[in-house]
Amino acid sequence: MQKGWTVSQKKRPDAATWIAAGIILAVYVAVFVLEQIIPPTTMLFTVLKKGATYALVAVSMNLLNGFTGLFSLGQAGFMLIGAYVYAIFSMSSEVRDRVYQYFDCAIGITLPVIPAILLAGLVAAAFAFLIGLPVLRLKSDYLAIATLGFAEIIRAVFQWKKLGPVTNGSNMLKDYPTFNDFNIVNAEGKVVLYLSTLVPFLIAGVCIAAIVLLINSTYGRSFKAIRDDEVAAEAMGINLARHKQLAFCISSFFAGVGGAMLAMFTNTIQAKSFTSAMTYEILLIVVIGGIGSVTGSCIGSFLFVACSEWWLRFLDQKQYIGTWEVPLLRNGFRLVVFSVIIMVVVLFYRQGLMGMRELPDLFRKKKRSAKPGKEAAQ
Amino acid sequence: MKKLFALLLTLALLLSSAALAENVVKIGVFEPASGDSGAGGKQEMLGMQYANYLAPTVEIGGEEYTVELVYADNASSTDKAPSAAQQLVSAGVSLVLGSYGSGVSIAGSPYFEDAGIPAIGVTCTNPAVTEGNTHYFRICFLDPFQGTVLANYAYNELGARTAYCLAELGNDYDVGLAYYFQQAFEALGGTVISENFPTGNADFTSYLSTATAMNAEVFFAPCSLAYTTQIVDQAAAQAVTFPLLGSDTWDSNVIINAASGKDVKIYITTFYQEGASPEFDQGIKDWMNANPEMLTNNGGNDMVSAVTAMGYDAYFVALEALKAAGTTDPAAVNEALWNVTYEGVSGAISFNEIGDANRDSAFIKTANTADNCWEFVTVQTVE
Amino acid sequence: MSTVLPYLLSGISVGGQYALIAIGYTMVYGILRLINFAHGDVFMVAGILMVYLNATGLPLYVTLPLTMVITVIIGFLIERVAYKPLRNAPRMSIMISAIGVSYFLQNMVLYVTGGLNKVYPTIPWISQSVNVFGATTRMVTLITPVLTLILVVLLVLLINHTKVGMAMRAVSKDFETSQLMGVKINSVISTTFVIGSFLAAVGSILYFTNYNTVIQTSGAMPGLKAFVAAVFGGIGSIPGAVVGAFIIGICENLIKGLDLILLKAGVIRQTLDLTTFSDAFTFALLIVILIVKPTGLFGEKTTDKV
Repeated sequence: MQKGWTVSQKKRPDAATWIAAGIILAVYVAVFVLEQIIPPTTMLFTVLKKGATYALVAVSMNLLNGFTGLFSLGQAGFMLIGAYVYAIFSMSSEVRDRVYQYFDCAIGITLPVIPAILLAGLVAAAFAFLIGLPVLRLKSDYLAIATLGFAEIIRAVFQWKKLGPVTNGSNMLKDYPTFNDFNIVNAEGKVVLYLSTLVPFLIAGVCIAAIVLLINSTYGRSFKAIRDDEVAAEAMGINLARHKQLAFCISSFFAGVGGAMLAMFTNTIQAKSFTSAMTYEILLIVVIGGIGSVTGSCIGSFLFVACSEWWLRFLDQKQYIGTWEVPLLRNGFRLVVFSVIIMVVVLFYRQGLMGMRELPDLFRKKKRSAKPGKEAAQ
Repeated sequence: MKKLFALLLTLALLLSSAALAENVVKIGVFEPASGDSGAGGKQEMLGMQYANYLAPTVEIGGEEYTVELVYADNASSTDKAPSAAQQLVSAGVSLVLGSYGSGVSIAGSPYFEDAGIPAIGVTCTNPAVTEGNTHYFRICFLDPFQGTVLANYAYNELGARTAYCLAELGNDYDVGLAYYFQQAFEALGGTVISENFPTGNADFTSYLSTATAMNAEVFFAPCSLAYTTQIVDQAAAQAVTFPLLGSDTWDSNVIINAASGKDVKIYITTFYQEGASPEFDQGIKDWMNANPEMLTNNGGNDMVSAVTAMGYDAYFVALEALKAAGTTDPAAVNEALWNVTYEGVSGAISFNEIGDANRDSAFIKTANTADNCWEFVTVQTVE
Repeated sequence: MSTVLPYLLSGISVGGQYALIAIGYTMVYGILRLINFAHGDVFMVAGILMVYLNATGLPLYVTLPLTMVITVIIGFLIERVAYKPLRNAPRMSIMISAIGVSYFLQNMVLYVTGGLNKVYPTIPWISQSVNVFGATTRMVTLITPVLTLILVVLLVLLINHTKVGMAMRAVSKDFETSQLMGVKINSVISTTFVIGSFLAAVGSILYFTNYNTVIQTSGAMPGLKAFVAAVFGGIGSIPGAVVGAFIIGICENLIKGLDLILLKAGVIRQTLDLTTFSDAFTFALLIVILIVKPTGLFGEKTTDKV
């Protein structure tokens, strides 16, 4: 949803870029205002918080799959690392004994929220570096299956009882700072300023802006060259191994940050929920939004989350029009409808919502966005 | 555009809920209707539904309120639980009942806490559910108690000295019970071999082989129904010699069906023995037999599970709390809950300073695989 | 030996079942270069079909073949609806379509079953208990490897000695050229899916007789492991997939018993909870083989064309 950049390929930003920046600003203002006037228990904020989290993870996946052409399915694994690192290090020492029910916690320090999030990203990136050394040599499908495998291995390692003093074994981590702790509370415990939705938007916004800047840099152009033709890119003097490794680590860094955000959103985390199904979900968001479009991934994630958590919920319950009971509606029907929609998008709208276009492109004249993908994506 | 739509939708929802708020009190049912514990969750819900059928209204502050049960399926998984909890919160419930399974209760708990809604755990036995908060209560006994009861029974009555313990990775219920069982069993002087299986595992033959090879004299598997049925089946196929020991999740006709006609010995602990309250038993049986859908949810026959009785009691505890509060305001209900006492079909219910029920006895039952029923063995108490 | 035997038996049995699924993966990959993520779910759907068909009260000699026929039709339809329109699309699109189909099948089964475990019907004789060198197991454990080998031999004969088989080999060698040579690509691909789905249905009968509950996610892990087996053995190679599947099945079960084996051998004093890694080990094995020998045990060397 948020594109923080104002610098485009040309020397001076054009009108379309300014319009886009204006829209993004308006979204932030709207989020802030809505949060103050609507009761915090409405589904809207759940969708916005989760949407912002998924937007970041989807963009980080898009950086690999859409911009560098590396088909990686390890996102859930890196999110798991991020979520665990964040939860373990941001938890206050008073609650540790209670959370580590069966183990003596080996971690003695508590970090503030922002350093803990950064550490989450860094640890995920460090793991990615180690994993990347062997697996990035693999080609397309093999890379996909190897990264998927690594995510499964990471999950098992974090569940291992022998690591219990650090990871709490396979048990839940909880009682660490969450989004709701950002609300400003007065002396009586009453919330005076709601920030719990704005904060995830800000974190995701800053991270996505960083990714966009990266994509528009020389590195970004090298990534696209690798995506379009690996052999040609190598012939042009691009160091394949180095650039792939870089893209992989950066993507994992942001997946780690996204994992930390997910931990803050869900209040409790557990290794067993970071399955390959989670990776598939994010991949579907990227596809719905358009592979190779940051804007698309953001919009896609909000749509995906809103549909699955909110708008389609009514399909799971019996509904009556007058006295006529609508047939078929019962638990699970929402997901059936949802997967049919996804199949339709995959089969008939292969470009997704945005194709390779970005937000400013929507306000530019046709001929520019009609140019080949490489130009339009900027 | 999307924002505008979202805003309109939100407003519409607010308006419609405001219009309906007249003399209706909403009680959230936070239970798994699908997933590994789905069968158990449905049985627990049955108790609430039956109670709701018997007592569809409640008098709060001098006015008659209709009780509306709002269902949210936490799908037995800790990652689906938050959105189910959020669903209940946004529906504006006064209090929440559930869940079957400790992990989902812990995962949903912060959402209720943030919204100031109290919750009554029905059969979630892990201590972590109520610990460190003031909004979660529970009407069942706890894992340290149940684990000790089972350990004592295995050691003293079954004469076992080596126990094999199997739990699902990352399931708070399983891991908790296995842990407390091990503590108690080792304190008695026995040895415990403890292993875990990953979620979704279907092949228990290797675990059973390990138990045999380790000369285990009892096999303790406090797992979800989805796994326990397979353990029973595969244990019978391997012709194991040791008895299977189960926890309250096992007390279901699902297990009886799986063990039917097979040569396995099963001992379990539970909250309620069918026949303890003939009136309740007969009433719910008649009600289930009259509603084919309910009979299906109970697993196809009218055997009363302990969790159903617990769900039934939980509903009336909730009504007591609403009456005592004199309002549907969640905060007032939360305050009122501390002093609620209720004589339920599963025994007397009152809460201690943590929010746990004061319970000191558990029933032990064994499976009769010839007649397909549970047989009462003994009542165990721990000081 | 007596310590290891039960694990070996379990391993061989589950390995045979993985093999039947793995063949579907390897054949499809050989021809379309597609990881058919939905294949594991076809396997699961076959299990669910059997549950529902059996509930109608029809005798087994009707329900068993009927399950296979319907599964085959489902496999055929999946290819026609979800993969055929994308034949000229980028590889990633078709793989995503496969993930979409898998998502759809799982959700469909979730809807139909209400997300509850279904108990698989008992098939007489093969679910009986038998005693093998002191270890008690089910008949199906012994039947699986035999049946798997028979089916594989038949399949290899089909591929090497029939016209369809020749067409399959041609298509997997060179997609475009074989098209120019007059091979009816679409019917060859459909045949591949039919054979794959049939074997998945047979695998599902054996698998669910052993582990008797079916839920919408039942196919995911076996599917993934079977795919790993296919890659392990060298994707595109049928004997490779079978060997890979047996290795993975046996390793996985040995890991479950490794603590015990090490304890008995006196290597370790207390248990290490290695059972946690029974699933992860499969993937570790995969990554090692991909790095050491990217084409798998029996895979053919391919070179990239510029």
